[in-house]
Amino acid sequence: MSEPILKMRRVGKTHGRGAQRVDALVDIDLDVASGEFVAITGRSGSGKTTLLNIAGALDEPTTGNVWVEGNDLGDLSNNDLARIRRVSVGYVFQQFNLLPALTGSENVALPLELDGLEVREARAYANLALEEVGLGGMGDRYPDQLSGGEQQRVAIARGLVGPRTLLLADEPTGALDEATGESILKLLRDRCELGASALMVTHEPAFAAWADRVVRLRDGQIEEISVRSTVPSSTADIYS
Amino acid sequence: MGIKEGLLALLADGPRHGYQLKLDLEAATGDAVTINVGQVYTTLQRLERDGLVEDGGNDVEGRAVYRITQPGISSLRDWVSRPEDLAAAGRDEISIKVLLALFTPGLDPRQVIETQRRATMGLLQDFTQLRAQDNDADLAWQLHLDRLMYSAEAELKWLDRVEERLERIKPVARVRKTRAEDPKEEKVR
Repeated sequence: MSEPILKMRRVGKTHGRGAQRVDALVDIDLDVASGEFVAITGRSGSGKTTLLNIAGALDEPTTGNVWVEGNDLGDLSNNDLARIRRVSVGYVFQQFNLLPALTGSENVALPLELDGLEVREARAYANLALEEVGLGGMGDRYPDQLSGGEQQRVAIARGLVGPRTLLLADEPTGALDEATGESILKLLRDRCELGASALMVTHEPAFAAWADRVVRLRDGQIEEISVRSTVPSSTADIYS
Repeated sequence: MGIKEGLLALLADGPRHGYQLKLDLEAATGDAVTINVGQVYTTLQRLERDGLVEDGGNDVEGRAVYRITQPGISSLRDWVSRPEDLAAAGRDEISIKVLLALFTPGLDPRQVIETQRRATMGLLQDFTQLRAQDNDADLAWQLHLDRLMYSAEAELKWLDRVEERLERIKPVARVRKTRAEDPKEEKVR
């Protein structure tokens, strides 16, 4: 089997010290292979977001190692880490964090432009990503001209734009209605089928069910819940 | 749903013979109901005895055809307009298993919850795949699948809630004996 896109070994995260010490994550081992979509469930405060931030090099583990595309994040210089965050990893957060002075399309193109892509090329990628999230033709609008759900979709497009290998999503469907939420999950699935990997945090079982593998965080540790079976062809297959 | 109501509904749409009823009932319910043709004929005989359907002659191939009667239509309308009593239907195996494990020494309700969560999440993953790949499937099947998905989702949420509640209570408070167990205490009162 080829090297997983994301590999975590004995990852721990401790907040505070002494009597205030909290072990947010304890000895986490997690692999996400190329083409795999993994959902992390668990109650609020179970460490889901911490785990996601560590996977995306936005936070450092207290113990253990994290590899993204075979690179041990602990060994990388700040410049190399910044490049991984910009190029390899796509983030979709609960907060939209859109820049109000830029149009939707400019917001989406920004990470690509920062990475040195020609403005025109970056915008073309951005418009493609906006189309994927159902906002084709709305790229010229500023965030305050968009609804909450539309802003979230712009943020999703920004997370998915360009050829990213590791997609990290934290409750990506939060402000969206059920149908739009499902279309976003389908998008993540499609990207995985093209070879990307996705790690998604969600407390909604219906969204987690889109993943190939569902794991649950509890007391800072990971429990495997369910691995998706091969495609059933009818409900009768499921019951038999 | 009883098979009876299903057959009445189909016959209200037009006379049919037994095997056709079996096929149509399965199709109309998105395979939520599967029956053998023997069950269909037994039910038809009972419906005929009660005056809800009647002999509609034979079709060109000589098969006995049934037709709905006026009392049959009334009975069908009555069934459709009545809300289902979920409280009466609620003898729910999972719920009972968790509750019994809760009160029985040596059984661990958390284990029941974990096992069930795995199974139900697997099922919900299967349903999700089916729905994602089949946007053009027939309406009955889609509606039935939606229903199964919402049920699985509700069950997973309920399991989370049970687990949360169990973590909040002290083990001592879990066992509650019914008063009738101690006859002396009953007399004093």
